[in-house]
Amino acid sequence: MKRTLVGAFGAIALAGALLVAAIQVQAAREREYPPPQVDEDAVYITSGSALRRLSGAYNALAADLYWIRAIQYYGAAKARLAERPLAPDPPPMLAAVESKEFSQLYTLLDITTTLDPMFDIAYRFGSVFLAEAYPAGAARADLAVKLLEKGFRARPDKWQYLEDIGFVYYWYVHDYRQAAEWFQKAGEVPGAPVWLKPLAAATLSQGGDRQSSRAMWERIRQSADIGWLKRSADHHILQFLALDQIDALQSRLDALAKTRGGPAGDWGAVLRAGVFPRIPTDPSGAPYELTSDGRVRVSRSSELFPLPVEPQRLPPR
Amino acid sequence: MKAMAAIAVNVFRESVRDKVLYNLVLFAILMMGASYLLGQLTAGQDVKIIKDLGLSAMSVFGLFIAIFIGIGLVSKEVERRSVYSLLPKPIHRYQLVLGKYSGLTLTLVVNFVIMTIAFYAVLMYTARGTPPNVQRAWDAPALDPALLKAIGLILIELLLVTAIALFFSTFSTPILSAALTFGVFIVGHFSTDLRNFDQVLNSPAAVRIARGLYWVLPNLGQFDVKSQVVHGQPVPIGYMALTAAYAAFYIAMILTMAVFVFSRRDFK
Repeated sequence: MKRTLVGAFGAIALAGALLVAAIQVQAAREREYPPPQVDEDAVYITSGSALRRLSGAYNALAADLYWIRAIQYYGAAKARLAERPLAPDPPPMLAAVESKEFSQLYTLLDITTTLDPMFDIAYRFGSVFLAEAYPAGAARADLAVKLLEKGFRARPDKWQYLEDIGFVYYWYVHDYRQAAEWFQKAGEVPGAPVWLKPLAAATLSQGGDRQSSRAMWERIRQSADIGWLKRSADHHILQFLALDQIDALQSRLDALAKTRGGPAGDWGAVLRAGVFPRIPTDPSGAPYELTSDGRVRVSRSSELFPLPVEPQRLPPR
Repeated sequence: MKAMAAIAVNVFRESVRDKVLYNLVLFAILMMGASYLLGQLTAGQDVKIIKDLGLSAMSVFGLFIAIFIGIGLVSKEVERRSVYSLLPKPIHRYQLVLGKYSGLTLTLVVNFVIMTIAFYAVLMYTARGTPPNVQRAWDAPALDPALLKAIGLILIELLLVTAIALFFSTFSTPILSAALTFGVFIVGHFSTDLRNFDQVLNSPAAVRIARGLYWVLPNLGQFDVKSQVVHGQPVPIGYMALTAAYAAFYIAMILTMAVFVFSRRDFK
């Protein structure tokens, strides 16, 4: 009995030692000959229908795998873009198309939702990933709308998809008439909340001013039952706060520029003039930047960078 | 009846001796690992994915048990020549076939009961760590009793697959039986395509053959309500009853054929 036990422990110890040795050799080999970085950007099968057939009875599980892949893909692209050396910003749409960072995102989301047409979050989050301005997203509002329309075809009871389309037009395209139309359509779906139709009317009359944009994000924040969406709403509300603060700072700096006969080109001059006791910080705690021509802006290192492009008021009919 | 019960219990014991229940350990590890890892990867969809994973794992593990034990139920007895010691005993051949089938059914049911308990335990653990506002966004609650509908239909589907595997094992080798059973399983999940052949073919004869095959081959797609259940869509009791009744008739038909083939085999 004792000999058997000793033998068993000996075998386990030997196996463990051999495993450790193998790991050490592999680590040494990787130090000496680093493995190539694999840029896993390829989607080998792009047809959701084909994958639906291949996955047979396990469509939903395959959809989950593609959903995880879509999130990883989006997150990795965002992280890569955040690490890039800061260069002058090209126009967002142009930059998004040229960078190809998010080129497979729609394909992954399309496959996910073909494999599982009821995958609610894939439509709702996916459309945000697609519509967000570059570099936070793919700047493809058209594809976001396409994805949400697909979702509504699969689940005609989901007024939320139509509301999301309205939101995409409101926030990312700044087309308030389209936004109002989609809010109206969402309000007509049985079971939709009563506030959607007034929202459509308000969008048509006041669309584009900061106050109504802020109110929309406030409503999203209050109704969001998904943590990620709530955090996103918080982030946008802080950005509005930063825009308000920049306006207030700018007016004081403009007044200073009048008294001294030209803009203060750096914070040192402003502090010496006693306008502020210290360099003002944005709501995330990062100091604001002052450009040489006396304009205040959020720092590129701030969590709030880049601030949203301010929607313009709807032109009168 | 007594003889059949004895054979069934013996099959169950044999499957325990063959370490079949080890798959339960694998299932438990898979579920626990999933519950830990998925929260980091899925943007709040961990419960949905744990449900998908759990139901799919039950289906896959059950399928392997059904096929790899099912194909050996009769053919192993023949290969080992133990059938020669069984046949002179006061049991009918139909009792042997039905007893073997009942034994594997018992093995599957025990497996499913334990896997279901583990599945709900993992879901309960995941739900406990989730704030109520996030839970409200789920299509269905974590501990949704409707999951039992999906599990029930998976089990019924596997009982049908077991009957098919047993049927093949009455006249074929284990490898061929496994291949044929897998083939029927795959075709059974695509049988709806046979029904819609008229949309892709212009030949009326081919369409008629395809339509005939659709009705004759087992339609396994109807047992798959995993997606509906996970998304909180209703699965009517009437649907469950009709699907279960279909399975009962089909299993009875396959077992009748298995008994017929086995009764006519010459073991002299």
